[in-house]
Amino acid sequence: MRTLVPAPALLRAALDAASEAVLLCSTPDDTILLVNAAAATLVPDVAALHGALTAGHDTFTVEHAGRHIAGKRRVLDADHHAWYLRDRTEEVNRAAALSAERARAAFLAESGRRLSASLHQGRCLRTTAELAVAHLADAAVVILPPDRRRSTWLRLTTGERIIEGSVPERELSEVPGLVEVLGGFPPIPSRWLDAAQAPSWLGLGEIGALLVTPLPGNAAPAGALILAKREGRFSTDDEILARVFAARAGAAISAAGLYREQVDTAAVLQADLLPPELMQMDGVELVGSYQAAHEAMRIGGDFYDVFEPTHPGGDTVLALGDVCGTGPEAAVLTGKVRQTLRALHLVDAAPAEMLRVLNQALLQSGRQHRFVTLVVGALRRAEHGRVRLTLATGGHPPPLVLRNDGTVEEVPVSGTLIGAVTETVVRPAEVELAPGELCLLYSDGLTEARGGPTATDQYGEARLHAALSTCQGLPATATVERVRQLVSDWMRGGARDDIAMLAVRAPVRTALSLRDGGQSQSSFALNTRRVRQRS
Amino acid sequence: MTVFTPASPLDFDDPGLGDHFLRLVGDGDEYGAVDVVTTLLEQDVPPQRIMMDLIARTQSRVGELWAANEWTVAREHAATATAERALAALATRTAIRPDRGRITIACVDGEWHALPVRILAEMLRLDGWRVDFLGPSVPGPHLVTHLHQTGPDAVALSCMISTRLPRAHAAITACRAAGVPVIAGGRGFGPEGRYAQTLGADAWAAGAEEAVARLAASWPPPPRDPQVHAFLGDDEYTHVVRHRPDLIATGMRALMAAYPGMAAYDDRQVDSTLEDMGHVVDFLAAALYLSEPQIFTDFTDWTLAVLEARKVPPPALRSGLQVVRDQLHDYPRALSVLDAGLSRLTP
Repeated sequence: MRTLVPAPALLRAALDAASEAVLLCSTPDDTILLVNAAAATLVPDVAALHGALTAGHDTFTVEHAGRHIAGKRRVLDADHHAWYLRDRTEEVNRAAALSAERARAAFLAESGRRLSASLHQGRCLRTTAELAVAHLADAAVVILPPDRRRSTWLRLTTGERIIEGSVPERELSEVPGLVEVLGGFPPIPSRWLDAAQAPSWLGLGEIGALLVTPLPGNAAPAGALILAKREGRFSTDDEILARVFAARAGAAISAAGLYREQVDTAAVLQADLLPPELMQMDGVELVGSYQAAHEAMRIGGDFYDVFEPTHPGGDTVLALGDVCGTGPEAAVLTGKVRQTLRALHLVDAAPAEMLRVLNQALLQSGRQHRFVTLVVGALRRAEHGRVRLTLATGGHPPPLVLRNDGTVEEVPVSGTLIGAVTETVVRPAEVELAPGELCLLYSDGLTEARGGPTATDQYGEARLHAALSTCQGLPATATVERVRQLVSDWMRGGARDDIAMLAVRAPVRTALSLRDGGQSQSSFALNTRRVRQRS
Repeated sequence: MTVFTPASPLDFDDPGLGDHFLRLVGDGDEYGAVDVVTTLLEQDVPPQRIMMDLIARTQSRVGELWAANEWTVAREHAATATAERALAALATRTAIRPDRGRITIACVDGEWHALPVRILAEMLRLDGWRVDFLGPSVPGPHLVTHLHQTGPDAVALSCMISTRLPRAHAAITACRAAGVPVIAGGRGFGPEGRYAQTLGADAWAAGAEEAVARLAASWPPPPRDPQVHAFLGDDEYTHVVRHRPDLIATGMRALMAAYPGMAAYDDRQVDSTLEDMGHVVDFLAAALYLSEPQIFTDFTDWTLAVLEARKVPPPALRSGLQVVRDQLHDYPRALSVLDAGLSRLTP
């Protein structure tokens, strides 16, 4: 650098009086001729800016002694230019704080959206770990409170897959602060936790900082969230953010826990009320289908059941019915009816007799206005692959028979509603099916399904007869599926009532897969099982 | 030409085996079909190959035979039921311990083409997934309840007919709102699965093998906001759907006036004409919902081929479109969709 050429005193005084920091420079050799007072205050060591000043650009931003300094070059004449300097430190800090705040808000919004999405606890735990690792730490472990002396945990480390496991309750105390957090005590601040004490079962490897945060639940902790950083520490802001996030995650996890408890309870109750998985009989095709109304609970008014012979050579009994109403009350009555029928089957009652006794039982149970329509059939194999059915109905649509020539017959049975009046009239009928012929028991949800081109027409018996007559030669599964499909197309999706069907067919040939007993580990295997899962 | 004889050992590469299997399922011969499948398995043919190259391929031939009016609907159903038994027999003989995640498979509400999806279910099971197959025509609320109860890693949703796309859209949005990514499949999602993307699906696969590869390679996809694709359709779509019964009834009256011979139709012929009119309106609605006139032109092309095979002259379809068009003068987008369809029917 060359010696400074002294500037006129007046010029210096004017520049010193200005609040803006100014460096007056000579252009040909890039030397600083004058540093005004403001510039000297802002940058005590002007030489430190040398690189930025001589880089050849018209502007620069540098960090110097903890301050952010911006410069702008102005040409004054052919030989001189000036740099005007500005302190941007406040601005930069504000912008950084704003973007950090925005990132926090976006993170919490995303957390809220993703955590509230699922009611499945496993998914909530996974989402918690994923969000924590994406925004808060290098690794996260979610630990649930001990259940039967073991705690399940789930761990995610950046760039790896989620790993799940469990640990005995006594080992929880090896993680500093964890027992306190799971016990509902306030968390210990990160700076008091010794990361080196993290036990190996946490699987976190070498870590620099550890944070244990409670996942608040319904009056008791839903679990704990352990965050780990490979290096550095968790700041106070980090801890606050982690706690806000943990509050959301805890709420989601505990809500999912409540939902699971309810589902488990409902599943136990439903298991007895849903249609059974049908047994595979030798020499008879037996297919059931149950479709619950869209709005109703999944247990409703329609049901079917099949009771195996009580002794070798005995009859198999089928029943398909429709209890008035839907929902839990109907389901309770359904259970009663099925249990009564099962008991009557044990004493070898004939179908008509079953209906009479059931009528008595329902009337005496004291509940008013609880009636049921029902068809009961006793089924046995006859010679030459034929199947014989004794059918009796109580206020129920008569079953249909599809003959081998494609004609559809209504079985000539009749009977009064069950559970309504003391005097029942039941006229049973016998049906014999030749190989290839099929008998369909159905509930009135099928014929009363509304839809079609006007959206309000009933499907009706004529259409059902016509549909069935096109199913000649089809296996029973295909027939039931086809009728279901036609009615579903008719309704265009909106089933307002339950629909139950039970088809009996004398097979043309004994099928191998039926001989095997149809046992299967496949994901679908049996039609009835599928129906059960979805209806 | 050599006639295929089903003698052991079976030659999996013999094209005659496919013809033989087609005959078996067409006759509803479950015993025979199961026998072929199990024999091949005993000869160490990989089960995936049996499913894709024999069962799936035969099923698409069954569809073609129906479209060409060579097979009745009943025979098609019998064939499908028989193929399902063969598939189930195959499944029972190939036990796999699941080592991947859990996946839920379902057909869209109103969709009954279940066999391709069952094949997908088995292919995924063989690839180590724990599979829940919910069956054909699964109502959206039942699907979502299942997701909350089981928390799967993916939903595979099938749609073979484009008229179900609005319902597929509701299901996709609901699944994604429940935090479960969706892989779509089936012809209904359009060429190269174009409509699947519009409806917000996370992925699309042309077939079972592609779906297996996609799910094995890069799953789950990055989480996205499920509401981004949540709204489609406009007032024209709403009008067509809400006035479906009127459009059909008025159209039917116009047809009756134009073709006095229709007065002699029996109930079944009237029902099937009404059903055809319903299809015209439903495909129009789907085309409007997705803003994709191709949904409608694909429908007219396909219907024309099916009608030709049944010796129904093209003017019948043309009249059907025309009587719907006459009722939609104030709806420019609907008109342009119908015109695109009509242009395919001009001799």
